[in-house]
This record gives sequence, structure tokens and C-alpha cells, in this order.
Amino acid sequence: MLSIMKRKTVFSFSAIIGIFLSACSSWQTDPQTTVNPKSDMAYLIQDVYVLVSWLALIVFVVIMFAIVYISWKFRERPGVEAQQFHGDTRLEIIWTLIPILIVVTIFIPTANAIPKMKSDPPANALQIDVVGKQWWFEFKYPELNITTANEIHIPVNTPVAFNLESTDVIHAFWIPQLGGKVDMVPGHSNKMWFTPTEARKEAYLGQCTEFCGTSHANMLFRVFVDEQDDFNQWVNDQQSVAIPAQSELAKQGEALLLNNVAFISENGSAVGCVTCHKIEGTTAMGMLAPNLTHIASRSTIAAGVFENNKENLIKWISNPSKMKPGVSERTGGMPMYENYLSEEQIESIVAYLMELQ
Amino acid sequence: MTTALPLAVKEETNSGIWSWLTTVDHKKIGTMYGVSGVVFFIIAGFEALLIRTQLAVPNGTIIDADTYNQLFTMHALMMIFLGVMPMGAAFFNWLVPLMIGARDVAFPRLNAFSFWTFLSGALLLTSSWIFGDAPDVGWFAYAPLTEKAYTVGQAMDFYAVGLLLLGVASTVASLNFVVTIINMRAPGMSWFRMPVFVWMIFVVAWLLILSLPVLTIGLVQIYFDRNFDTNFFNPMGGGDPLLWQHLFWIFGHPEVYVLILPSMGIVSEVLPTFSRKPIFGYSAIVFAGLSIAVLGFAVWSHHMFTTGLGPVPSIVFSASTMAIGVPTGVKIFNWLATMWGGSIRFNSASMFSIGFLALFTIGGISGVMHASPPIDTQQQDTYFIVAHIHYVLFGGAVFGIFSGFYYWWPKFFGRFLDEKLGQIHFWLFFIGMNLTFFPMHFLGVQGMPRRIYRYDADLGWETWNIVATLGSYLLGVGMLVFLYAVWKAYKSEPDAPDNPWDAPTLEWATSSPPPEHDFDVVPVVEARDPLWYDRDNNITREKTKDEHIHLPPPSYYPLLISIGLLVGGIGMLTTLMISALGVLLVFYAIWGWVLEPTS
Amino acid sequence: MSEQAHSVTGIDSRKLLMWIFLASDCLFFGALISTYMIFKGNINNPPYPTDRIVNGEFFHGLLNIPLTSASTFVLLMSSVAMVLAVYGAQNNNLKMMKGWLISTIGLGIFFLLFQVYEFRHFLHEGLGISTNQFGASFYLMTGFHGVHVGIGVIILISLLFGTFRRNSLGPDTGFHIETAGLYWHFVDIVWIVIFTLVYLMPY
Ligand code: HEA
Ligand code: HEA
Ligand code: HEC
Ligand code: CUA
Ligand SMILES: [Cu+2]
Repeated sequence: MLSIMKRKTVFSFSAIIGIFLSACSSWQTDPQTTVNPKSDMAYLIQDVYVLVSWLALIVFVVIMFAIVYISWKFRERPGVEAQQFHGDTRLEIIWTLIPILIVVTIFIPTANAIPKMKSDPPANALQIDVVGKQWWFEFKYPELNITTANEIHIPVNTPVAFNLESTDVIHAFWIPQLGGKVDMVPGHSNKMWFTPTEARKEAYLGQCTEFCGTSHANMLFRVFVDEQDDFNQWVNDQQSVAIPAQSELAKQGEALLLNNVAFISENGSAVGCVTCHKIEGTTAMGMLAPNLTHIASRSTIAAGVFENNKENLIKWISNPSKMKPGVSERTGGMPMYENYLSEEQIESIVAYLMELQ
Repeated sequence: MTTALPLAVKEETNSGIWSWLTTVDHKKIGTMYGVSGVVFFIIAGFEALLIRTQLAVPNGTIIDADTYNQLFTMHALMMIFLGVMPMGAAFFNWLVPLMIGARDVAFPRLNAFSFWTFLSGALLLTSSWIFGDAPDVGWFAYAPLTEKAYTVGQAMDFYAVGLLLLGVASTVASLNFVVTIINMRAPGMSWFRMPVFVWMIFVVAWLLILSLPVLTIGLVQIYFDRNFDTNFFNPMGGGDPLLWQHLFWIFGHPEVYVLILPSMGIVSEVLPTFSRKPIFGYSAIVFAGLSIAVLGFAVWSHHMFTTGLGPVPSIVFSASTMAIGVPTGVKIFNWLATMWGGSIRFNSASMFSIGFLALFTIGGISGVMHASPPIDTQQQDTYFIVAHIHYVLFGGAVFGIFSGFYYWWPKFFGRFLDEKLGQIHFWLFFIGMNLTFFPMHFLGVQGMPRRIYRYDADLGWETWNIVATLGSYLLGVGMLVFLYAVWKAYKSEPDAPDNPWDAPTLEWATSSPPPEHDFDVVPVVEARDPLWYDRDNNITREKTKDEHIHLPPPSYYPLLISIGLLVGGIGMLTTLMISALGVLLVFYAIWGWVLEPTS
Repeated sequence: MSEQAHSVTGIDSRKLLMWIFLASDCLFFGALISTYMIFKGNINNPPYPTDRIVNGEFFHGLLNIPLTSASTFVLLMSSVAMVLAVYGAQNNNLKMMKGWLISTIGLGIFFLLFQVYEFRHFLHEGLGISTNQFGASFYLMTGFHGVHVGIGVIILISLLFGTFRRNSLGPDTGFHIETAGLYWHFVDIVWIVIFTLVYLMPY
């Protein structure tokens, strides 16, 4: 009887550990994984994380085993009476000391890591100011004079320092593979810095992780860690002003986009794009919405939610809320232009946007 | 104070709606808490099932974003304030007087008032669904999202006013029970002979008494910000959103111990009974409970590790949070030692308690993991946290409560819950629970944030989400099994003896269900486990009724005051003129209450 | 309520209730005072609590410390009167009790009237509850304190009428007065803290 039980226990334990391990291995490759660090700060966190995870696993196994064992060993059996005792001071001291020991073991590396995480960035760090807004991220490189949205490039092996702020509600800035989450609290300015250690073609995924209203789920961003040369190239591209429209359709779109008056139609009137968006080198000077100067160079639109292509752009301008709930409804949100513009007009605008490399 | 009415007459007037509306009997009030708690638990559980259904597959389309946000907010609020807390209240209302050998609580009318005020607040909060304006900002409602500029409509006013009413109810109930425990113990029921359950309730009551006023101020400030244009939490006007976070969590962390400690008390009663031996390390368990309470007030900022807290506070709050693991560990080990050497009978009650040990430990361990700020920055607002909270809240608090249902049902209602159904219920809950919430650890590690109504397909989150959803349906089925068992018991003949489990505590000394006056003879207590003491020393106690048992007469003033408060609350949501009416009603009812003859 | 014959500790349950309620109230005012302290000094638009020069322009401070000191003194005196009323009640001296109870009530009402005056004066000077953080936290804190005093006055008046009705000290009246006294003293002490923090400490 007992041996069956034992075999069962061994079997279920190895099954659990098997599932656990197979789960572990796939975690490493998941796009938004928290356990595959690619920056110095993420490694710092990982070191504590691994230690604590092992201890947690040990406590878990020991307690679960104890519960199963005690339940089995002392189950009600005919003729076996319960032993009557009330306590044992020595034992109780021992099992007060054991948790204390565990806690101290995890506290020391914790207390060591905290000052490092909160330290000031090195002087040569690349400065990036991030502002969280409902529901997108604005990025500014003050030294490089670049303003962009939802997608950034940073050079590998160079410290990057972020200044995190918000102009409306609380958001949070989190790129799991590059560093821990930091909140963006309006009225406060939080700091975060790290040195990315691996350049790669796919983006590191980031996401807003503080609930911020209707489209909180749709507030993503991407970080591309480039080799220094690629980064320089990107900076060059971003610093240039927008090129004038080339194709016939795009020219129409450009004219329409830049002409605020055109948005007054028989269907009622709406503000034009230029009220909110900026396109460097044109008369579009809005400050409330993503900078569109190089919109075509971004791989996604609407804060990382949709691929940046013609169909999606058309859908977006026609009715942003249909793609991303709440965008038009919030005060100062982007209007649903299908109510004001014809399909052709929207297509022309998109043609123009797609030329803004 | 007393009725001259002979008992026989009293018993006659003891049924019908009116008797429930005017009752001041702690047992009836306990039942009403229990019924409302279970009803709200089911509604909140149903909300959870909708959440899970939406998340089963990537880009779920069953629920739109705003509704989803309302669902998880209301799910949490209803589970915590309208489900688990009142179910806990059901137990302490029923049991504390019985366990300490009292005929009622210290202030029976005040007790009725607590219940009716709870119900008022609960209905007010829930009615926000009917008005289509349920709160949608998460249960901790971080400012400034709660300000008028970002949450239009009345959702946040429902939140503020609803929680204010619930806060009044809990504070008053807690005051009442602290006084009851201090002053109403039977002769010989000294502090260290009190059952652990009573100790835990004592601690819970103090936690509420000292933490709710802080939340109250926060709620008033939200209300003022929204309705009188102040800027307490609005950074544009010089306010500070972090102030709200501090106020909320100074309440919010003690609150989680308010949820777990009654269940710890229940487990401390159930395990000794079914291990057939006294609890191991009684005083250690009691002192551990007390130190959890004290430490519980010193850890609130562990919810704010990512807000830009400086290094020193981060380290301090990390240390205090981890420290809580020590007394809790002591409890776990003492419970295991209680089982050690015992003769453990497995039935629904003991299985839920043993399940509690396992599941709560898992939740506690993940809690200690995010007590480390560096790790927490990778876990906060991910499903790892969702896993933690459900292991402690569902695997902990709720498992304890169901253990208590199976254990005390015969005492409360004179009927057993069906044992076989109970065990089916247990296994459905145990397996369902682990299927639902264990994968959430993995999802957290994979970087899935919480509070998202949709997620992309290619992030590796599909597998565990579908598993979690299937698991949650098992929980739904388990709950249906439980309801069926309740129905069956309701339809059956009362057949429970006074002490079916051969349990040691005083509530089993009286009949099942207990008479309105609880005990025919006020018991005299000579040991910690009084009934086992009697059993082992062959003592049989006299059962003749005391000559004059004086019970407080029923009163409708408690209900009236609560209605006044409800009207006041409705006024705060509509026009303040109505509030004035409510206040008048409150004054009138207090006047009547004071002048009402109690003798 | 089942006016306790039964009390293990010998302390009457109702008095115990009051003590524990006051513990809770400490945290209530604690939160209000913390709010005030957090916003203290963090005000960037007039009117200011104390004299201040901003960009060369002089702003008169709102707080009138001598005047409020007087009303604080009045509230303190009401506590003394309360002590004497309780003393009268305990010694079965109906007349003494009534006299001092009336004085307590009178002083309490005076304090409230002064608060009304002060609020109106501040409003007149342009400090609304939403004007700045000082207004918000000041009105909320002192307003809630005022409500406490008001409730105290109502309780004391009810007790006074109770004695008129019976024209004697009922078995419980003395006890009720004592319990009300606890409340009254607590509310006074809270005011001392508020007064110190708002009026005496430099802003
Ligand atoms: C019943 C409710 C309950 C209970 C009992 C607990 C118990 C604990 N909780 Fe939990 N917690 C919540 C409910 C609860 N929590 C909720 C609802 C939230 C989220 C709120 C939200 O954001 O919505 C939360 C969030 C939360 C956070 C914030 C996470 C974040 O948002 O980033 C943290 C961080 O430190 C934390 C820690 C702890 C700790 C250390 C304990 C400890 O008390 C646990 C102690 C227990 C054990 C450790 C197990 C037994 C011990 C042993 C077997 C001994 C040996 C082991 C060791 C020494 C490791 N909890
Ligand atoms: C006591 C507290 C408690 C309890 C018991 C539960 C129980 C459950 N919770 Fe809850 N939960 C919270 C407290 C609780 N939760 C909190 C505080 C949050 C955070 C909210 C926030 O972020 O603000 C949260 C958040 C939360 C989320 C995350 C949402 C998000 O972040 O987007 C999820 C997702 O799966 C979830 C699921 C569940 C499930 C499946 C159950 C199940 O255990 C429920 C089981 C019960 C039932 C199923 C009831 C029975 C139903 C019936 C009988 C109806 C008929 C049956 C059928 C149709 C089958 N909960
Ligand atoms: C009232 C303000 C407003 C107006 C007017 C407006 N937008 Fe927007 N736009 C926004 C905001 C805000 C966003 C970001 C929404 C989000 O992602 O949540 C946005 C996003 C976009 C994006 C996606 C940008 C990115 O990087 O993801 C495009 C493209 C865009 N708008 C094009 C237009 C065009 C074309 C017009 C005019 C026809 C226009 N917008 C008018 C506010 C506006
Ligand atoms: Cu921004 Cu969530
Ligand atoms: Cu906590």
C-alpha cells in the first residue's frame, strides 16, 4: 500500500517538475518574458529573482510534502488513538528561526540590489524623456532633438537614462527584458536607466502596466536595440524634416491634411490633423498627439497595437475608436474622420502619411 | 434591557419577515450576513467567469473594453467587501457569543444596525450596474484616473459613497465585537482559554477599527475632488496622486489580513477537532496572529515599490513585509504539528482546511517573492500578482470559509450538509482552483499584464489562459454542487446532535440549532477545550434552564437608521437635499432608539 | 441595548465602546492632519495662511492667531466645565452638574460660532475649499472637527434635557455624562493638535 503511495507521489512530483521545467524553457523565448534579461539592470534583478525562486521552490516542496505525508501517516485508523500534546517550545523556536533564516537570505541580496537600481545614471548616458498619455507614449531625445512616439531606437552597450512623466493619469513604463517597471506619476518625475547588452532586429516589447482607463490594454511600445552604426543612421533619419509629398494622391493628401479649413464639411465640422499632430517642416504644429514627421518609419501605429500599413491607417483615421476603444471618446481624443471626410480623402491622407519615411 | 415576556411567547413571534427586519439576535443577523455574502459571492464569481471567458483566447471579443474594466473592478469590490467580509461576519456573528459563552453580543441593536448598513452600502454599490455606471478603475482606484476629468459619470461616486457606508457598517460591527470579547466572556473564559477563532476575530476587529478611518478620509477626499472641485489628488491643482495610494494601502494591507484571519481562526478550530487532539502551540498561534496585525500596519508601501519610492523606504518596507512571513510560517508549522500524531478524519470540513494549508502557503510564498522590490518591479501588475491574490484570497480565505460552512452547518441549522456532495465540491474547487490560478504564475513570468481586456496572439500566453479559463468553469460547477448540497440540507429533517464531531469548544455544548437565548445555563469554563475537559474528566453539566433569561426585545430602529444612511448616500449621488432628509431620518431613529424601553 | 449587568472587566461596556471608538477617531484625524501636513508649504496661489511676499508682491496672511487663541481658550475652558459637570454628576449634585453642563454647552456653541465666523471671513477673503491646497485641507480638517464639536453639543443638550425631564439624576445619567465627557475631552485634545499645527507652527 505504502509503496504504491510512494510511487504515486514520486510520479506526481516528477510530473509537476516536468511541466514546470518545460514551462520554464518556453518562458525564455516568449516575446515579453520577464526572465530573459538583456540589460545590466535586468541581470541585477534576475540574480535576486533566481535565488528567491529556488528558495520558494524548496519551501513549496517541503511544505507540500509535509502536508501530504502528515495527512497520510496520521489518517484515522481503527485502533490508533491520537497522541495528546499541546506544544513543544524547542520545536517552536526552531521553526521560528528557519523562516527568519530564509527571510534574511533573501533580504540581503534585495537590500544590495535596491541602491544600484535606484542609482543615478552615468554621465555619458543617452537621455530620453518619456511622457505617458492616454493611451500612447511620447519619446523625446533632448540632446538629439528628436521627438517620436511609441517606438524608439537605442544603441547597444550605451547607458540609457529615462525620465518618466505623465500629463494625465498614472501609467507605467516596463520593458521586461531590459528593466523593471517604473510608474509614470503625474506631478512626479521618475528615473530609470539601464545599459542594453544585446542588439537585435526584433523589438523588445514594452507595455503600460498601470491601469489607465479604457484602452490600458492597448498601450504598448517597442524598443529597438541597434548596433551603434544603425543607431546613428536612425538618428540621422529622424532629425531630418518631412519630405514633401511625391505621388499625385499623396500631394492631395498633404494639401488636405495641412488645410485646417478643409475639415469643415456638410456633415459637421471637426478639427484638422494639424491641431494635434506635428509634422516637422510643414505647418502642422500640434503638440497633443504623436509626432507624425516619420510615421512611415514606424512598424506599428496606435501605440504598438496594429501593424503600420495602408489598410490599418485608413481604418484608424476613419474610426480610431473602433480599433482602439475610447480614443475618440476621451476629451481631446482623435475624431472619427469617417464622419467628416470621404473615403477618397482619407485614402489620400494615408498615401501622404505612408511617404513620411 | 430585558423582556418580561415569558420565553414561550417570544418563540411564537419568531418567524415571518418582520421578525427578520427587527431582529437583534446575533444568530439571525449572522444568517443574514451569510446569505447576502453567498449571494454576492456568486454574482462576483459570475463576473469572474465572464472575465475568464473573455480572456480564454487572444483578442477576445465577447466583452468590450469598458465593460471588462467594470467587471474586474466590481468583481474585486464585490468579492472582498460584499462576499468574503460578510461571510466572515456571518461566522463571527454566529460564533463569538456562543464560543465565549454569552447570550448575545454587547450591543444587540448596534449589531443589527451594522448588518442593515452593510446591506445598504452593498445595494448602493451593486446598483451602479443597473445605472450602467459601475466603477471601472480597479478596486484600488488610483488617482487621478478617479478625478472628474478622467472618469465622467457617477461611477466613482458610487464607489466612494458605497465604501463609506460599508466602512461605517464594519467599524460599528468591530467596535461591538471588541467590547463583546472583552466584556461578555462566561465565567472562567479567561483570555488564554478563548478559542483561537475568537482571538482572530478580536484582531480583525482591531484592524478594521484602526484602518477604516484612513480609508474614510480618502473616500471623502475623492468625493470632494469630484463634487466640490478640490484638488487633493489632482496634480494640476497642486494635489498628489500618491497621497491616495498611501491612504488606500494603509487601509488596504490590513484589509487583506481582515480577509484571511477569520479563515485562519476557522482552520484552527477544524484541524484540532478532526485530528482528535488539542491545537499545537496555542499561544504561539495567538501571538503570531497579533504580530501579523501589528506588522500589517507597517508594510503598506509594498504596493508602491514602483512609484519611485526612495531606496531607504524601499528597503524598510521590504524588510517589514518579509518579516510577516515569519509569524505566518509559525502558524503553518503549528497547524501541521496539530495534525502530527493525530487521528485525522477526512471529511469536507477537514479537507477544506487542509486544502487551505496548501493553497495559502503557495500564496504566501509568492507574497514573499514580491516583497523583494527588485523582483516586484518584474511582477507588479502582472498575472503573477493575480496568482498571489487568488491563492491567498480564494485558496486561503474562501477555502477557510467553506471549511467553516461544512463544520458548523449542523450547529447553525440542525442539519448536515451532504458529505458526499461536500467532497465532490472540495475536489472541484481544489482542482479547479489550481488549474485556474497556478498557470497565472506562468503568465506573469511570461509578462502578461493584469487588467487587460485583450492580448495579442503571438506572445505565448494562449495555452495557460485557456487552461485558466477551463479551471474557472470547474469552480463554477463546484459552486453549483455546494448550492445543491445547501438545498438538500434545507429540505431535510433536522437530525444533528448537539456535538456531532465531538468538538471541544463551547458552541457545541448547546443544542443544534441553539435556542434563541444560546445557553440554557451560562457555562462555567475550567479549561481551554471545555468540552474535552468535561469528557475526559467525566463531568456532566446541569441542563436545567435558568429561571429568568432576559433577551433584548426586537427593534426596528436599527433598520430605520440604516435606511436613513442609505437615503443620505443616495443624496450624495443625486442632490444633497435628499441627504438632508436622510440625516433627519437618522436623527429621528436615534431619538427613538435612545428612548425605546429596553426593559 | 442590553445595558450590561454583565461585564468581565468591570468596565461598563458602553464606556469601553467609547474608548475604542476614540481610538478609531484618532486615526480619522490622523489621516486628516497628515493630508494637511503633506500640503503644508505647497501652495502657489493666494490667499496664503500667513503673510507672504511672492514676486515682490505682498499678501496678507489669513490666520488671525490671537483671535483663534481666544477661541481655543474657550474650548479649553469648556473641558474644565465638563470636568466639573462630571464631578457634579458623580457626587449626585444635580444643580452643580446642570450648571456646568450648561456652561460646557455654551462654550462649545461659542467655539462653533467662532468657527462659522472664521470660515465666513476666510471665504470673504477669497479662500474657498477649492482655491488652493491650504483651503482644501484646512476646511476639511477643521470642518470635521467642527462636526465633532457639534455632535458633542447635541449629545450634551440631550443629556441636559434628560435631567430636566426627570428632574433628578437617573441611575444612568451620571454615567452618560461621564462617557460624553470622554468624548468631549478627546475632541478638545484634537483641537490642541490642530491649533498647534495650523496656527502656531510656521507655515
Ligand atoms: C488574504 C489576503 C492576502 C494575504 C494573506 C497576503 C499575504 C501577503 N502578501 Fe499579499 N496581496 C493581497 C492579498 C493578500 N496578501 C492582495 C489582494 C494583493 C494585491 C492588491 C492588488 O494589487 O490588487 C496583494 C499584493 C501583495 C504585494 C504587492 C504586489 C504588487 O502589487 O506588486 C506584496 C508585496 O510585497 C504582497 C506580499 C504579501 C506577503 C509577504 C504576504 C504574507 O503575509 C504571506 C505570509 C505567508 C507565507 C510566507 C507562507 C507560510 C510561511 C511558511 C511556510 C514559512 C516559510 C516561508 C518563508 C519564510 C518564505 N502582497
Ligand atoms: C476574495 C477575493 C476574490 C475571489 C474569491 C476571487 C475569485 C476569482 N477571481 Fe478574482 N480578483 C480579486 C479577488 C477575488 N477573486 C481581486 C482583488 C482582483 C483584482 C482586481 C483589480 O485588478 O482591481 C481580482 C482579479 C481577477 C482577475 C484578473 C482580472 C484582470 O486583471 O484583468 C481574474 C482573471 O482571471 C480573476 C478571476 C477569478 C476567478 C476565476 C475566481 C473564482 O475563484 C470565482 C469562483 C466562483 C464562482 C465561479 C461563483 C459561482 C458561480 C455560479 C454558481 C454561477 C453559475 C455557474 C456557472 C455559469 C458555471 N480575478
Ligand atoms: C484632437 C486631436 C487629434 C486630431 C485632430 C487628430 N489626431 Fe491623430 N492622434 C491623436 C491621438 C491622441 C493619437 C494617439 C492615440 C493612441 O494611440 O491612443 C493619434 C494617433 C494618430 C496616428 C497613429 C500615430 C502613431 O504613431 O501610432 C496617426 C497616423 C494619426 N493619428 C493620424 C491623424 C490624421 C491623419 C489626422 C487628421 C485627419 C489626425 N490624426 C487628427 C489625436 C488627434
Ligand atoms: Cu497607460 Cu496603462
Ligand atoms: Cu499588502
